[in-house]
Amino acid sequence: MTASDAGTSGVRPATVSARGWGWRHAGRSAPAVHGLDLDIAPGERVLLLGPSGAGKSTLLHALAGVLGDEGDDADETGSLLIDGVVPRGQRGRSGLMQQDPETQVVLSRLGDDVAFGAENLSVPRDEIWRRVHEALDDVGLRSIGAGAGLNANGTGVDADGGPGAAGLPLDHPTSALSGGQKQRLALAGILAMRPGLILLDEPTANLDPAGVLEVRDAVGRCLDKTGATLVVVEHRVSVWKDLVDRIVVLQPGSAAGSAGSLAATSAVLLDGPPDQVLADARDMLIGAGVWVPGYVPATRSRASAGSGELLLAAADLAVSRERPRRRGFRTIPPVPVQQGITAQVRSGHALTITGPNGAGKSTFALTLAGLLAPVAGKVSAAVELSAGAGIDPFKWKANQLISRIGTVFQEPEHQFVTGRVLDELMFGPRHLGHGEERVEELLERLRLTHLVDANPYTLSGGEKRRLSVATVLAAHPRVLVLDEPTFGQDANTWAELASFLSELLDAGTSVVSVTHDQEFSAVLGGAELRLGPVSRGGARQEAGAA
Amino acid sequence: MRDALTLRGNQALLTRANPLAKFAVVFLITLVLALSIDWVSASVAIAAELALFPLAGLTLRLAWQRGWPLIIAAALGGWSTAIVAADSGAVLLDVGIWSISEGSLQLGIGFMLRGLAIALPAILLMTCTDPTDLADALAQRARLPHRFVLGTLAAMRLVGLMAEEWQTIGMARRARGVGSQGTPLKRLRATLGQSFGLLVQAIRRASRLAITMEARGFGTGQRTWARESTYSTLDAWVLAGGVLIAAAAVVAAAAMGTWNFVWR
Repeated sequence: MTASDAGTSGVRPATVSARGWGWRHAGRSAPAVHGLDLDIAPGERVLLLGPSGAGKSTLLHALAGVLGDEGDDADETGSLLIDGVVPRGQRGRSGLMQQDPETQVVLSRLGDDVAFGAENLSVPRDEIWRRVHEALDDVGLRSIGAGAGLNANGTGVDADGGPGAAGLPLDHPTSALSGGQKQRLALAGILAMRPGLILLDEPTANLDPAGVLEVRDAVGRCLDKTGATLVVVEHRVSVWKDLVDRIVVLQPGSAAGSAGSLAATSAVLLDGPPDQVLADARDMLIGAGVWVPGYVPATRSRASAGSGELLLAAADLAVSRERPRRRGFRTIPPVPVQQGITAQVRSGHALTITGPNGAGKSTFALTLAGLLAPVAGKVSAAVELSAGAGIDPFKWKANQLISRIGTVFQEPEHQFVTGRVLDELMFGPRHLGHGEERVEELLERLRLTHLVDANPYTLSGGEKRRLSVATVLAAHPRVLVLDEPTFGQDANTWAELASFLSELLDAGTSVVSVTHDQEFSAVLGGAELRLGPVSRGGARQEAGAA
Repeated sequence: MRDALTLRGNQALLTRANPLAKFAVVFLITLVLALSIDWVSASVAIAAELALFPLAGLTLRLAWQRGWPLIIAAALGGWSTAIVAADSGAVLLDVGIWSISEGSLQLGIGFMLRGLAIALPAILLMTCTDPTDLADALAQRARLPHRFVLGTLAAMRLVGLMAEEWQTIGMARRARGVGSQGTPLKRLRATLGQSFGLLVQAIRRASRLAITMEARGFGTGQRTWARESTYSTLDAWVLAGGVLIAAAAVVAAAAMGTWNFVWR
């Protein structure tokens, strides 16, 4: 049994020690981590920084004991121990949270999901339910909403549920939770195992600003209570700076392995209290694309105001992702997630769509971009844009669409259609029969030239983002629609993207973006369309700070 | 879409029965009805099943909504039997090579009713059984390996996600100029490409989910169960009810003289 001794919370904080530890993934020539020497004391809270490819995730996976299923081809050197023992044999000693909220949930009922880890550790039944209640309280998931009526087939739940079971019922469907709630649920599932080491791998990269704080605060509360050791990987330093008491900066295994570089033998580049590390290594961190607190990357500012020709307009639009359903001879339109939206898209002008989660921002953007049919109202293209293709963008053929309205999706991988970066860029122009000469320029402008032969799926997050923007622009659309283009991006990619879009705007392209990122919309200027919470109109276009 | 398999918030009596008991009953009724093709035993079974609808929280409308493919298949099966079966008795309808006689009509109706009588219990079972409860019962009571049962249960959650992802990938690809228009060959290629995109995403999600489960201690070792899958007196009633329905169908058919074993 682990974690059975120690204080009131039942948690014994873990010690981590690495001695010359290194790991090479199967099928790779360079190690992901090389020569890591690191000691983390019980209860210490460490923020792990470093450029992409520095092996941060690899280290977390190793500590979580989930590394090593790759067969004999993977290669481990040195030692990495938790409490003096290899992590792999110690189930439940550490808990890992990853980035994608959808894959952090295992089961379909709230209570079951929290219990899952404890069940696997053979915790007795009564103790499991005690832990489930406590963990849900700790992450703040027991205070939102009330739905006692839903508590139907909670067999066994009532054994301990008792009279105090207010808030979310234990059989609340996990699919109905928001991203931030899902991550907090994952945290509760981890806490129920009573781990001495909590590992967070970019836990808030996929969340909106409200969700980020929600998760950060829940983590803080739980650490204060349990005293567990924390290792968090995240490139938004300001979010975690006040919660951690140490920052460790790693460098890529390849760099650490090659002789002659600055700190040739060690994977740890810098190590110390947050303020000290941030002061000492500010320039280096900024260079590596880390979001250092108080630093907004320099971007190109807008040079012209744009001609302001009307290209695309939405009138009294109601939107939904669902299609109309047919029952018998009747057609039942879907319930719109947002309605009464009126907006104009003008040449050389930016339009930023903002609003809380679930307000239908992306759905509106996709409808405006001719990818979804409106539920009510209409989207109409001006003659200037349609150029003979008809007034309704949804009815345009795919070829007609891409040369007029380009849409960049939140997840770049959704838009990859070939197996090679160059083919990916040539795809649009080849189908249109023109514009191949533009590709060279885009490759250079978005720093993709050295990757032309790579498989798009193997690129880093920033490279994928740049590629997805480039591929859409290769068809030379007059309107560009972007869905959360800066989500999870490092500061360098962010600055490049913002500057590039500002250039496009000056050249007369219209840029519509769904974003929570105020600094990003400030760079682009233009108008803001704020969508109100859940349905009932509330859509207002404001002439924002240009 | 994710919760299409069971009714959310269904609080009917039969939801509290153990899934294995319900399974046993469905199996028993199906077996008995498969023994004979006659309209009496099937009608008795259907009548009993319809009477059970409220106990499972099911209505005719819902039954149609979730079971229409089965119901239509039963009707078509009956219709085609009526047409192709060897004629006997007076001919009722004759259109060229197709003819319906009294004998073949009776056989057709028998087939259709039988299809319905076998389809309805399955729909009932689906409606009042939560996948999680089913998994609990299979792993704890039927002693199937928990690694397999829980892995399947977790994967089922991803199926709903994949349906959403399919739509998104479709739009994302249209935004790249891959249209669903053009010749059938072009459409086929577009669909194949979209499937590949979905496959990539499915594998990514599945491997991340596997890591999550492994990091929560999921593996081969012993585990405890937060919810015990138990049998109650309700399950005895469910079993008794099942035996009763099966017996009533056989007895009624035998009494009416319509029972005929399929192999005769």
